[in-house]
Amino acid sequence: MKILVGYKRVVDYNVRIQVKPDGTGVVTDGVKLSANPFDDIALEEALRLREKGVAEEVVVVGIGPADLTAHLRNGLAMGANRAIHVVTADAVQPLTAARVLQKLVEKEQPGLVILGKQAIDDDANQTGQMLAALWDRPQATFASKVEIANGKVTVTREVDAGLETIEAELPAVITTDLRLNEPRFIKLPDIMKAKSKPIDSIEFASLGVDKHDQLKTTHYAAPAKRSKGVMVKDAAELVAALKQKGLL
Amino acid sequence: MTERETMEYDVIVVGAGPAGLSFAIRLKQLKPDVTVCVIEKASTIGAQILSGAVIEPQPLDALLPGWRDNPPPICVPAAEDEFWLLNKTGGRKLPVPPGMKNHGNFIVSLGALCAWLAPQAEALGVDVFPGFAAADTIYNEDGSVAGVRIGDMGVAKDGSHKAGYTQGIDIKAKVTVLAEGARGSLTKQLIRRFALDKDSDPQGYSIGIKELWQVPAGRVTPGKIVHSFGWPADNHTYGGSFLYHLDKDRIALGYVSGLDYSDPNYQPWEAFQQWKNHPLVKSLLEGGTILSAGARAIVTGGYQSLPKVEMPGALLIGDTAGLLNVPKIKGTHQAIRSGMLAAEHLVANNLEPTGYDSKLRGSEVMSELKKVRNIKPGFKKGLWFGMLNAAWETLTGGASPWTLKNKADWSSLHKLGRQEEPKRDYAQRDLAPRDRLAGVYFAATEHDEDQPIHLHVEDTSVCVTRCAQEYGNPCTRFCPANVYEMVEDDAGKRLQINAANCVHCKTCDIKDPYQIINWVTPEGGSGPNYQNL
Repeated sequence: MKILVGYKRVVDYNVRIQVKPDGTGVVTDGVKLSANPFDDIALEEALRLREKGVAEEVVVVGIGPADLTAHLRNGLAMGANRAIHVVTADAVQPLTAARVLQKLVEKEQPGLVILGKQAIDDDANQTGQMLAALWDRPQATFASKVEIANGKVTVTREVDAGLETIEAELPAVITTDLRLNEPRFIKLPDIMKAKSKPIDSIEFASLGVDKHDQLKTTHYAAPAKRSKGVMVKDAAELVAALKQKGLL
Repeated sequence: MTERETMEYDVIVVGAGPAGLSFAIRLKQLKPDVTVCVIEKASTIGAQILSGAVIEPQPLDALLPGWRDNPPPICVPAAEDEFWLLNKTGGRKLPVPPGMKNHGNFIVSLGALCAWLAPQAEALGVDVFPGFAAADTIYNEDGSVAGVRIGDMGVAKDGSHKAGYTQGIDIKAKVTVLAEGARGSLTKQLIRRFALDKDSDPQGYSIGIKELWQVPAGRVTPGKIVHSFGWPADNHTYGGSFLYHLDKDRIALGYVSGLDYSDPNYQPWEAFQQWKNHPLVKSLLEGGTILSAGARAIVTGGYQSLPKVEMPGALLIGDTAGLLNVPKIKGTHQAIRSGMLAAEHLVANNLEPTGYDSKLRGSEVMSELKKVRNIKPGFKKGLWFGMLNAAWETLTGGASPWTLKNKADWSSLHKLGRQEEPKRDYAQRDLAPRDRLAGVYFAATEHDEDQPIHLHVEDTSVCVTRCAQEYGNPCTRFCPANVYEMVEDDAGKRLQINAANCVHCKTCDIKDPYQIINWVTPEGGSGPNYQNL
């Protein structure tokens, strides 16, 4: 079986996000970019399935500008067999990403697609569901446990009420939740090995995907600052202040 | 246990700063078939680099002749220089000392500059590995340096192995080049092992604390460079500020305190915040926001403190050797020069370090340091003597027949109550950040809490007994990130080390009066994530 893994590059979770002064986006110059953490979990799960003998090949997919190859090399260093780079300089919205993945699914015929449940930049949580619909295959979202046997996948899902276990026919789409696994550390010799692993570059335009964006971003703004606190001397003053604000 | 994995290179460089990257670039330019890798503890190149920084471009011109056509992302030509003597509410503009005239220089972010250098090194075939910390040096049977051992990943706080435990590999090389910056943790071991400092004075350091601000439009004069001394430092504490106007309404500013200060109650971080609230500075910052902040030790011992920079199998370049020029407050040009010189030496000598030390001492790197060797030590006798001495040394070009001695910074601390300490005439301040914890937030520092503490204190009983009495636990004050705290619980008073806050400045390793704090590398990729510092 072949597993396709979505591998998006985002602003690293440790970076303090700053909105550009003109409100057109967030600052990404000189900012550390790394893999979407949920995508690292997706890749780790795919690698574990390969190590168990359930899958033979793990392919990471990225959509983005020319310099995305360095990011895809990290996925290869973690252990993916090869990478597909869909080259575009434009930002891609979830439906477009799902359409791109659908085209690649047609070409690659994977038995399983594993994606992060959402990316930590836009928090959309849509691409996996949209791909399942376009592909007309089952989806198992928010996975915290994945088991594959006899052409079926059993997925434990994290839902509001607790854990839900579902079964789906393969091929299918799985999206990962935080507790599915803990991604491995990349080892130096594997970075060297990754240098000789193949990355197929495909021009976005050559896929024939409709790039009609449904959403238009009007502006970005930082959350409003909290106003300064006030020190009170004693309980009486506190009560008086609360009353004055109409809170008591 | 499985056998440790090994990789082999002709040359390994520890640290992807200006020295290490320039060295690797020069080496590949001269000898493309030599294999070289650069390892860096920061998760991304430049994330743990902190500097002013105004740089002299000549060494960069020599390394990368076309660089001005493709400059680093932050690169503002120096325009006007100002030099101020401050008092609490005002100050006086003084003539700019010759060493501080910056015509022809550039204001850069050294972090951004390194992030810009790294891909150029990679294009020449250098393997650059961010996120890997060199935890230890390894040795050949004959005692020479054989390379470095990368730190393990996935070790729990108690030393047990977590699920993702990954053993660090050994990287073996014919030559190990230490480019760790001021007070490198491996360099410290090597200096001791090979007695590299037996013929030099103890090394000296300062601590630089820096913030990058975004200020309201219209206040910035791109290229303007302002240095000050005087308030908030007293006459016996070496301290001064820098304030550089960048483009896009950004200002880089910071305060440098000599770590040879003697008052155990001195707090370098507070001195910086005090200076920021001086009317001349505050008026620029009010209403702005902090983009990034951090701290780093600076090496200031200069000429008389330079250790031997070669040993069997290894050599030192840049600030881990100690090449910064104090009156210019610049080390980047020296770092690049020494890196290039080391590469040229190795290529000419079949990768044999022997002879690099005398080559460096015979170069302009050393003649530059010799000229200014007496300036910083002069300030030990107070500000006014220091100024007169600096003027004399500058006028004579360092021709004095004497060389003033340096003492170890940790030895300069007064015991509590032995001397009358200066009264600090500090102001009420209201610019952010409120305290050190609020400040650390802007360093975006990150350490997995479940890993061994990377600040080794040999004997913590000293903290509650001798140190509390003699110095009042100065670690709780000199650390700019509030890593050290004395807490009291059921078991009594004890030292608490908040290692996750650490910004890797190395001040504790330098200033601790008992020299029992040893800074070692945490898990690779841990530590501050500076943006454009």
